[in-house]
Amino acid sequence: MAEFKLRLRRYDPESGEPPYWDKHTVELDPHRSVLDGILEAKDSQDGTIGIRCSCRQGICGSCGVRINGKPGLACNTHLDEALARGDGQEIVVEPMGNMPVIKDLIVDMDAVHWRKIQSVTPWLLPREPVPEREYLVAREAMVDVTQSMACIQCGACVSDCLAMEVDPLFTGPAALAKAYRFVGDPRDSEHYERLRYVAEDPHGMYTCTHCFKCVDACPKDVNPMGQIMRLRRIAGTDFEIEDRNNGFRHEHAFVKNIHRNGLLHEADLLPDSYGGKFDPRALPELLSSIPIVIKGVLRGKITPTKALLHPHKASKDVRAIFERIEGEPARYELNLYVTGTDDPPLQGAGDADSGAATEGAKR
Amino acid sequence: MKVAYWPGCVSRGFTPELHGAMAAVAPLLDIELIELDRGACCGAGVIAEHNQELADTLNARTFALAQQTDGELMMNICSTCQGAQSECQERLDANAEYREHVNATLAGGGLRYEKGVVNKNFLWVLVEEIGLEQLRSLVKRPLANLRVGPFYGCYIVRPASRVGIDHEHPRDKYLGQVIEALGGTVIDYAGSHKCCGFPIITMNKTASLMQAGRHIGDAIDADADCLVTPCPLCHLNLDLQQPLAAGVVGRELGLPVLHLPQLVGLALGLTPKQLGMGRHIVKPRAVIDWSQSVVAGAAA
Repeated sequence: MAEFKLRLRRYDPESGEPPYWDKHTVELDPHRSVLDGILEAKDSQDGTIGIRCSCRQGICGSCGVRINGKPGLACNTHLDEALARGDGQEIVVEPMGNMPVIKDLIVDMDAVHWRKIQSVTPWLLPREPVPEREYLVAREAMVDVTQSMACIQCGACVSDCLAMEVDPLFTGPAALAKAYRFVGDPRDSEHYERLRYVAEDPHGMYTCTHCFKCVDACPKDVNPMGQIMRLRRIAGTDFEIEDRNNGFRHEHAFVKNIHRNGLLHEADLLPDSYGGKFDPRALPELLSSIPIVIKGVLRGKITPTKALLHPHKASKDVRAIFERIEGEPARYELNLYVTGTDDPPLQGAGDADSGAATEGAKR
Repeated sequence: MKVAYWPGCVSRGFTPELHGAMAAVAPLLDIELIELDRGACCGAGVIAEHNQELADTLNARTFALAQQTDGELMMNICSTCQGAQSECQERLDANAEYREHVNATLAGGGLRYEKGVVNKNFLWVLVEEIGLEQLRSLVKRPLANLRVGPFYGCYIVRPASRVGIDHEHPRDKYLGQVIEALGGTVIDYAGSHKCCGFPIITMNKTASLMQAGRHIGDAIDADADCLVTPCPLCHLNLDLQQPLAAGVVGRELGLPVLHLPQLVGLALGLTPKQLGMGRHIVKPRAVIDWSQSVVAGAAA
């Protein structure tokens, strides 16, 4: 048994009082969970502490909270681990972010999370004709969606989403991972419509900023950002959905830019992302950038030679890589969640202290 | 130490002062740069979004070029390169069959990637290879009275397991440690580990600039004199786009943003001019009184 100091963020919107910090000390085995700690405080010290929980074993997804700044399930975070995550003195527990607080550690999942999940039509729209018995599908096809199916809807990824922090209408990581669950399902008949919906929405999949917050937040290794990238890949390459948000154009402009130049030529990327220098869509963007471009030129950041000419060209072997891979009939995608690691990492790879660095780049 | 040096695209494009500053600082730290001038863009996550194998192959090619040099390790100066390349390396190193498949493509250019390249951002090299003690001993002009907000860039701090953050390697705290070693004061503010917004600047401009504007505003509210970042793409949104970001968040900003080698260079005795600071959109000179902060520290 050990003593743990919990600092809980308390708030009751109906009271009219501002949020405050509430401290409790509990005595429990270090391997017990943060949820056990909170429930112990609730049972023995203050019955008014608000926390939502059910299964207590990482399955139901009810007890999502922020523990020392990081989102996760209170029931599968050990007290000693939580303590080590912070300053080593106390365990700070707060409600999840990006969602309104109902009371203390309970957030309104209906107002944000479930509404977003509903927006992606989270059920199978089966292909016709519906078979009399079960659908027969290739095993690999279903294995592909197992990662997105592992989601328990706890909202941890929504809590930490940095795009949602500035754009509350953003569909968000959980709902987009759910969208992939059906786009990747061969039994579903509406892949194109599903993709078009999340591509055309100004707050859809192209608002994801690649910040990896959801990847780190997820207690089930769903990798929501990875699922969003797969949605973009299928929408942009297989269905060629030219969306109004420039997602398709930006991706294709970028790839062409590197194919041509080897290194990124930024002066082309911006206009090309809007459809090209002479596209009517590019005009307002280019005009609004003029003050910045002038400043950049005055400061020597952007030189006319660099902007107008192409100082570098992709080498022959780089172009050959593009042509070989883009010419393949099917994409070769490795999902480590599915395949696992068949080749264990070299001991100490990337670790300076192990002496591996002495072999370094040569190895 | 000798390193296979990957400068990335943007440090030779719209942030040329970064590449220049790194070249000026390297000899002071006894780093010999063997530039990988044949390398191609890391893809910045966008090529991987388009075609994973394409991104993996382009980066395997860069790793193979690094392995051909006699550098002790590969060093980059861009958080985005670090993250995008680490992601590709994770797949390449995890699966021998996949690696052979990629190597078959590289064979056309006479190259081969052997598992286990060590690729570190300049920030990691500073702390793990050179060491904070050594860095401290090299300081000629402590950044006294300079209040610096660290800005990491997502790709160098997440996912934690991929970028090797653990108890022995608190890489998500290195910028603060470096600022302190150089004699500066670390500013704690909300945005230090958040996203600059750059990846969605063409897709959702308002959200993108609101991210940049909020972080800059938070740092100003915490009395920062400047930000420092190891990522040139963050620099584009935080410095180049700062006037537009100010419009989106509806407040005056005007906070200089330094590249990491510039901050190190200042403390090691180089002048702002040698470090290309005149090339920033928000001029550091207009905000930081060098005679009172950095230079006063030298006299003390």
